Amino acid sequence: MIDLAQEFVRPQVELGGIAPEIALTLTALLVLVVHAFVGDRGGNVYVPLMTTAGFGVALFFCVAVWGDSDLQLGRMIALDGFSTFIKVVLSVFGVLTVWLARDYLTREGIEESEFYALVLFAVAGMMLMASAADLIVIFLALETFSLALYVLVGYRRRSLEGQEASMKYFLLGAFSSAFFLLGIALAYGATGTTNLYAAPNDPSSVGIFSFLSSSPTDEVGLMVLAAGFLIVGLGFKVAAVPFHMWTPDAYQGAPSPVTGFMAAGSKLAGFAAVIRLLESALIQLRWDWRPLVIGIAVLTMLIGSIVAVVQEDLKRMLAYSSIAHAGFVFTGIIAANDRGVSGALFYLATYGLTVLGAFAIVSVISGRGEQRSRLVDHKGLFFENPLLAGALTLFLLSLAGVPITSGFVGKLVVFGAAIEAGYEWVVVIGVLASAIAAFFYLRVMVVMYMQEPDEGREPLRPGPLALGVIGLTAAATLVFGILWAPLIDLAERATFYF
Amino acid sequence: MSDLPILDIVIFAPLVGAVILGFVPKDRLDTLRLVALAVSLVVFVLSIGILVQFDANAAGFQLGSSAEWIPEWGVGYTTGIDGVSLWMIMLTTFLMPLCVLASWSITRRAKVYFVFLLALETAMIGVFSALDMFLFYLFWEGSLVPMYFLIGIWGYGRRIYAAMKFFLFTLVGSLLMLVGIVYLYFAVGGDPTFDYRELLGTELSLDVQRLLFLAFFASFAVKVPLVPLHTWLPDAHTEAPTAGSVMLAAVLLKMGAYGLIRFGIPLFPDAARELAPIVIVLAVVGIVYGALVAAMQRDLKRLIAYSSVAHLGFVVLGMFVGSLQGMSGGILQMVSHGLSTGALFMLIGALYDRRHTRLIADFGGLAKSMPVFSGIFLFVALSSIGLPGLNGFVGEFLILLGTFFTYRWWVIPAAFGIVLAAVYLLWAYQRVFHGDVTDEANRSIPDLNPRELAMLAPILALIVVIGVYPKPFLDRINPAAQRVVDSFNSSVEPDSATTAGGDRVP
Repeated sequence: MIDLAQEFVRPQVELGGIAPEIALTLTALLVLVVHAFVGDRGGNVYVPLMTTAGFGVALFFCVAVWGDSDLQLGRMIALDGFSTFIKVVLSVFGVLTVWLARDYLTREGIEESEFYALVLFAVAGMMLMASAADLIVIFLALETFSLALYVLVGYRRRSLEGQEASMKYFLLGAFSSAFFLLGIALAYGATGTTNLYAAPNDPSSVGIFSFLSSSPTDEVGLMVLAAGFLIVGLGFKVAAVPFHMWTPDAYQGAPSPVTGFMAAGSKLAGFAAVIRLLESALIQLRWDWRPLVIGIAVLTMLIGSIVAVVQEDLKRMLAYSSIAHAGFVFTGIIAANDRGVSGALFYLATYGLTVLGAFAIVSVISGRGEQRSRLVDHKGLFFENPLLAGALTLFLLSLAGVPITSGFVGKLVVFGAAIEAGYEWVVVIGVLASAIAAFFYLRVMVVMYMQEPDEGREPLRPGPLALGVIGLTAAATLVFGILWAPLIDLAERATFYF
Repeated sequence: MSDLPILDIVIFAPLVGAVILGFVPKDRLDTLRLVALAVSLVVFVLSIGILVQFDANAAGFQLGSSAEWIPEWGVGYTTGIDGVSLWMIMLTTFLMPLCVLASWSITRRAKVYFVFLLALETAMIGVFSALDMFLFYLFWEGSLVPMYFLIGIWGYGRRIYAAMKFFLFTLVGSLLMLVGIVYLYFAVGGDPTFDYRELLGTELSLDVQRLLFLAFFASFAVKVPLVPLHTWLPDAHTEAPTAGSVMLAAVLLKMGAYGLIRFGIPLFPDAARELAPIVIVLAVVGIVYGALVAAMQRDLKRLIAYSSVAHLGFVVLGMFVGSLQGMSGGILQMVSHGLSTGALFMLIGALYDRRHTRLIADFGGLAKSMPVFSGIFLFVALSSIGLPGLNGFVGEFLILLGTFFTYRWWVIPAAFGIVLAAVYLLWAYQRVFHGDVTDEANRSIPDLNPRELAMLAPILALIVVIGVYPKPFLDRINPAAQRVVDSFNSSVEPDSATTAGGDRVP
């Protein structure tokens, strides 16, 4: 008879690694409950305030464990520099999204507490993605934030575009989840575990990393296949070619603040899992996954940039640009060295801030019902509203990678890492793609500066919060373009995985 | 006084001026013009301080300053000039007030215009002063954005097309250079650095040198421009507003040539020497092709634009023949071409302001209604052709002399280019200014006004000074040119004093 008492090892419950996620989830529930009881009072100011406070608490928990390194909750959660960095950045993204959304939702007359709760849930899921040290937990996190995003994308219920976007995003998202699950199954078949890491003080425990380090290379064929499926599943989330089909529609149909949030947060979370898998757990297989990732990177950079050229809608153009940027991040990952990873993290953090700013401007300019996001709606903007046009110019120059913006430094570090690793030819393709990409950023500037404004357009009335978001992100774009050392330094410390 | 970082002050003074300009109300047109003029004049006066303090006999870089910027990455704010940078900076600061004077016809959105013009000046001076590759790249790209807007907003007919083409051509080139810079950064070994003076001594294999030289060359050759990468130039020059054309021709093109002198040749001397024959062929093709196409133009501005292709062909030819005469002549020709072509663009701009056309066919017999204008035009045209006694002659003569030492037969087609220059300019002159007045509108064109005379007079004076007495210019150019020639002719460090390629130029 089996002695249950001996077999059963009680898991140690340590919550330091997921305290931020818990804080956000509780805030989300609290927001829903409080709103149910208090109702619409005083313009509901308390809802965004509570949400902001929730992000503040999460940020506090992130900073509190700064520098710690631990495997928690039965080796499912990794608490390390990597996850902490990403969680801090995600908190910032979350706060900016909420502020921007507040102005947007009141303008559209669709403000409800659910929106804030969904953003909180989404960020919680994204954070979990960063610290997940088990394939099952990665999947859990993926589904958590994806489900929240499916709803957020279709948040403009009366908009047909919004519904279409939500539906497409959901169907393709579910499709990609299936790939990811298949990858997990294969990985389990290959290694007998879904844990990424073995317990440091228990030599008998097995993780994928330790399995690969101790197995001869000819026995890991199944794991290579699994890695392929996992990359495909995550490739959907980061909008890499050829898994990018949902991106333009979802980005265009979603409310602009949500689009910005997806471009910034969802990409960061997706890449968090990509980096942890490829650069840490599967680093032994780098000669196997590298060709695949190089292929994805090259295709993503080129197709994202080329297709963006012909877009007539700013949101759609930014969607393709976000695809291209995923490719640039992949160049850093190809390098498979610390410089590449810190570069990718720097890139994702600064790109997120820039793209949030860009979508903040889109949401202001497009006006009620987002009727005016086409390129021609920006005619002569500089001469009507020089500050907004100037900020959008700054964001576009940063996306194009022009110096003294954070976008330039981001490209410099990821390209630098790839050159150091000996992949100059990928970098040359990358810079050619950026030159193509520059064309469509310039097109927007042509419209804003070189064409006369239409007569009788109603003046823009940006809300104070939206202006605040634009100001902050513009400042960040400039500051990280000139004094980038501190953020790079933080990103370098984040290359420490458990 | 010498403690004052005069160079850095000159770099950033225009930018400060641009900020000041930002506080002037946008409908006060006269105030805007005067502030812009005042700022550019102050910058010019300050730059005379550089000229005075510059020691023609000192080796290496002068008047620079160095500060840490991002020490973790070896990025520094490092500036310094030698004889080449000196004259390029002087040319920039000298032409800028004249460009402001040439911009009186800009009445629409003048405030933003002058802000961009002054920002452009900071970027251009920065390019010629930066000794840190990262800083250099910042200024290099930084010059792109203001010029893009200057062409795109205030240009003529196909301004948007021209602005876009200009930006994209230059961007592709400079991005390839960026890859080269980063590669070099990692190739050095030890503590990575972007400091040009430390990168100079890097030992690189010929294969690596060749690739890196091509990466840098891509950027500089687009900017110069060398045939076949020149196609952006006629469009940009033609569609830009007058001041934009002047700055493009006089300074922005020189940035490409300057890049070759400062970076392309000294950093990768073996590759430069190996590839020199190809570059020389391209340069000579540019001389002849530019001149032939210029002769066929119907638009005066386009004609001058193509003449720039030919003139810059001479500059590049001089640089790659590997003799001091060629190099010095090339550098002097950079200054001369800036003055002559700048003046020609100003003249055509003045003509356009009066008649709103630049087509040669629309004119004829202008000498009767505009005697002063046509006199000055002839004078400048002759300087551009290379009439002895005027500035164009000195540079082109030295280049041909330098070429004769090493690439004897190539002198023939190059010299033929000078003949062609006489053909296209004098033929155009004849059609525009001589003969009968064919169009009644040309009968009563007012001659140059005092403002326009004031903007042309300083250039005319310099054209004569350089033509008659180029010694003060060459004295400062020669040491720098010698260093580049030395590094070109041997792989030794450019500071060592081996002489090659003939005697010193008088």
